[in-house]
Amino acid sequence: MSSASALPDSVKPRLPGETGVWMFIIGDILIFSLLFSVFVYDRAQEVALFVEQQQLLNQTLGLFNTVLLLTSSWLVALAVHSARTGQLSRARGCFGLAILCGIGFVVVKYFEWGEKIAADLTIETNNFFMYYYLMTGIHLLHMVIGIGVLIFLWQFVRAAECDAQGVGVLESGACFWHLVDILWIALFALLYLMR
Amino acid sequence: MAVSLQSRVTVIWAGLIVATGLSWQFGHGFGFGEKIHYATVAILIITFVKIRFVFLDFMELRTAPWPLRMVFEVWAISVCVILIGLYWLGV
Repeated sequence: MSSASALPDSVKPRLPGETGVWMFIIGDILIFSLLFSVFVYDRAQEVALFVEQQQLLNQTLGLFNTVLLLTSSWLVALAVHSARTGQLSRARGCFGLAILCGIGFVVVKYFEWGEKIAADLTIETNNFFMYYYLMTGIHLLHMVIGIGVLIFLWQFVRAAECDAQGVGVLESGACFWHLVDILWIALFALLYLMR
Repeated sequence: MAVSLQSRVTVIWAGLIVATGLSWQFGHGFGFGEKIHYATVAILIITFVKIRFVFLDFMELRTAPWPLRMVFEVWAISVCVILIGLYWLGV
């Protein structure tokens, strides 16, 4: 008997969700790490410009959106745990609140972009704003897909019995949402905080 | 077990919020005074520690097969070190 098979089920290593989702997540974080690196490298070539332009971002909205995404990720983690233990009503509630946090993020981003565009700060203004729109735009695309995934999971919990296969579907969707959260955690530091 | 897992993710969430507040303060001059470069290094380290906890506890890599966990652990450490190195080019 191997040491792994001697372990109780609760501590045996297990892959949450589908293998394909993890392959996608690994590919996505590799692409983003390249983007982060190019941004920080270019920033090092024009430090004064990047620091000056960064002051034009609405720091409070960036912080608010970070809290919204961290909270939505926490709610999604709670939803998966609740579904596993048969608390489907609680799982639905957590997914519902996470969706609202996600929509809140997009609404805030809409006003943030609107504010910048009204001040004539566009993707063509300079390198800082080129990266700002490029990186937050790709992230926003992930957000919109992620909100669609969460709405699907919310419906799925309503309709499905959460057997092992059903929980696997929830875990896969949840991992995608956590990826969206992780990308924003990095973007918040790079675009809004680093000096 | 289920209750303890839920409590854990709640504690992790609270820690992530506190770490975000700390990063925010460092980004606005708290703690490092004129040494803004060290503040930025601290912000980057806190950022990747936050990311690691999302990997381990929200994405449940803590209980995943070790090769998968290692991919993400190595990614987080590598990208953090690379970004700090690239940042330092401009100091």
